[in-house]
Amino acid sequence: MNIIVCVKQVPSTNEVRLDPETHTIIRDGRQSVINPFDTYGLEEAVQIKERLGGRVTVLSMGIPATERLLRDAMSRGADQGVLLTDKAFAGADTLATSYALSLGVKQIGEYDLIICGKMAVDGDTAQIGPELAETLGLPHIADVKKILSVDETSLTCIKLTDNGEQELQVPLPALITVLKDINMPRLPSITGVEFSLTAPFHSFSADQLAADTSRTGLNGSPTQVVRTFTPERGGEAQEITGSLDEQAAEILNLIKG
Amino acid sequence: MSGLVIDKQKCIGCGLCAGACPASALTMVDDVAQVDQAACVLCGICVDSCPEGAIAIVKESQGNTADYHGVWLFAEQNQGRALPVAFELTAKGRQLADELSTSLTVLLAGGPGIAGEAQALIAAGADRVLVGEDPKLAVNLEENYAAWLDQVVTEGKPEILLFGATGFGRSLAPKLAARWQTGLTADCTVLEIDKQSGLLYQTRPAFGGNLMATIYTPSHRPQMATVRPGVMPYPVLDETRRGEILACPFPQDFSPLVRLLQERQIQAETIADAELIIAVGRGIGNAKNVALARQLAEKLGAALGCTRPLVDTGWCEYKHQVGQTGCAVAPRIYLALGISGAIQHLAGIAGAQTIIAVNSDPEAPIFAQAQYKIVGDCLDVLKALLAQV
Ligand SMILES: Cc1cc2nc3c(=O)[nH]c(=O)nc-3n(C[C@H](O)[C@H](O)[C@H](O)COP(=O)(O)OP(=O)(O)OC[C@H]3O[C@@H](n4cnc5c(N)ncnc54)[C@H](O)[C@@H]3O)c2cc1C
Ligand SMILES: Nc1ncnc2c1ncn2[C@@H]1O[C@H](COP(=O)(O)O)[C@@H](O)[C@H]1O
Repeated sequence: MNIIVCVKQVPSTNEVRLDPETHTIIRDGRQSVINPFDTYGLEEAVQIKERLGGRVTVLSMGIPATERLLRDAMSRGADQGVLLTDKAFAGADTLATSYALSLGVKQIGEYDLIICGKMAVDGDTAQIGPELAETLGLPHIADVKKILSVDETSLTCIKLTDNGEQELQVPLPALITVLKDINMPRLPSITGVEFSLTAPFHSFSADQLAADTSRTGLNGSPTQVVRTFTPERGGEAQEITGSLDEQAAEILNLIKG
Repeated sequence: MSGLVIDKQKCIGCGLCAGACPASALTMVDDVAQVDQAACVLCGICVDSCPEGAIAIVKESQGNTADYHGVWLFAEQNQGRALPVAFELTAKGRQLADELSTSLTVLLAGGPGIAGEAQALIAAGADRVLVGEDPKLAVNLEENYAAWLDQVVTEGKPEILLFGATGFGRSLAPKLAARWQTGLTADCTVLEIDKQSGLLYQTRPAFGGNLMATIYTPSHRPQMATVRPGVMPYPVLDETRRGEILACPFPQDFSPLVRLLQERQIQAETIADAELIIAVGRGIGNAKNVALARQLAEKLGAALGCTRPLVDTGWCEYKHQVGQTGCAVAPRIYLALGISGAIQHLAGIAGAQTIIAVNSDPEAPIFAQAQYKIVGDCLDVLKALLAQV
């Protein structure tokens, strides 16, 4: 069973601070972590591999420094890391990102299952999984909270829906996106850390992937950001004063509308 | 030329952009920012950091958009009823269509009987409802819905196509956006037509809700967006409105790969649609006090929300977690008890209408987002509330 796990480097959101003057996000860009949702995808893939054998590949599109995070993933059970990194990938929206990732998947070759996180916490789009699946011509199941059974030919799982749950079965290859409920990610093991130092790591440029650069990065992105701004709140918060009972009564008034 | 562009007239030489750039691609030369295009990764952080709006990411335009007309939206159903978000979208779509002097088409799909919902969507503002009524559409499954939508949308060529940002909408819309190779903006809270260009400006919270980003799709069609439920106002229905109802059959030669074995509908699993939320943070103190908050929520018919540390310590279940890695909520009233207001938590409450915050720390960041505040002990306030309901 060969599994590809898509992982994204995101700013470690603890570091996010607002500039009091410009009201913009201050990020030093150096502190980054694996997108939390992707760590669940990785753990799930490693657990499947431990049962069925095979290989887990972590795939990312990002800046060269992402290698550190892919090696971290290899210390937690992934067998190899593949990084797509090129100036031509910069400025990608979800469509251009999923195109690049689809080339990475083809480069990796044989696979049975692709796992993405539900969403990346920096963009919150949750679009890459379904878009990547469609670009590869694969079916997808989003928001998987439990895998009931899996082998080389099919996967059965529980998907969390807006109104409850669906139990679904899909022939492989396919793509799933996973929720936090699915497992408890492990910490790196000592042998894992040793392995990760020399583990197979491959980095590919747009050229090496024979990418059509009209479909990558800024050029391949149908959406563009017009502007960003800080959301306005109705000025200063109004203080609710008085005794505790008066305060409680005022809150209940607001609640009743 | 595509890339990062600096308006040298607007640049005041403050250097904030150079300080913010994670790629060290910006330098100050003679008090004007200069970009090393080879080093720039187009992350956009400098664009946000510039107080003068002197930096932009631009790209050459392409594509042919003139053949696409009309505002369309997908009306999601559950168990044969169109969801509230379908009506919210219809009201918003009406407004957008009027601004563009074009018509509003609603795509309604579901199992046998779904056509019965069409008239209500017309009453909410639709000019035309295209109905896909088929047993294969009775349950929300992406492949079947994509097959039907692909057929009607490819033929009808709308300029705008909206989806509700429900779990299903956020899984279905990107599948179609990739098939049609067009842009899709997730989880929008504001939609407007830009007067000059006639393009759809889609605004969404980014970076945990402390920053809003306005996004557009200049040269691909349709312009697609998913819209957060509960954010657009629910319309007043006008039963006298008349419109067209057209049946569009499901493509019978289509068979999906994903197979539904079982579906369980569980009511009130999510607090996303709650109108009233009593939310607790670490300041609540202990699990016993959380139980008091739960009691208050039950008495008021409210949902219980919480911050992440409470889930981590097992005081609350994950389904109550509000924020970036939890649930995004849009209640009329959000009562925050002992919550500091970390950016990851605020990310989930950008859609809240009124925030009432109780915190013992007068400097707590939550107060900057709240409309009403009490500086004090949240347990005292909670007990006083319980005494009065
Ligand atoms: C990647 C990532 C994702 C995250 N996702 C989320 C998320 O989805 N949701 C989320 O909530 N958090 C999330 N977090 C955690 C977040 O950063 C904060 O740690 C968390 O929101 C803080 O929770 P809190 O306000 O309950 O606790 P604290 O920050 O500890 O605040 C407690 C507050 O209670 C006040 N207080 C103490 N005693 C009293 C009293 N007796 N009466 C009144 N007030 C009192 C204190 O003044 C303080 O302001 C995430 C973090 C990371 C790194
Ligand atoms: N640049 C990227 N490289 C690899 N995987 C990614 C990238 N961006 C997104 N993903 C994957 O897609 C999921 C959803 O991301 P998003 O659509 O950006 O919210 C993430 O959890 C990752 O698994």
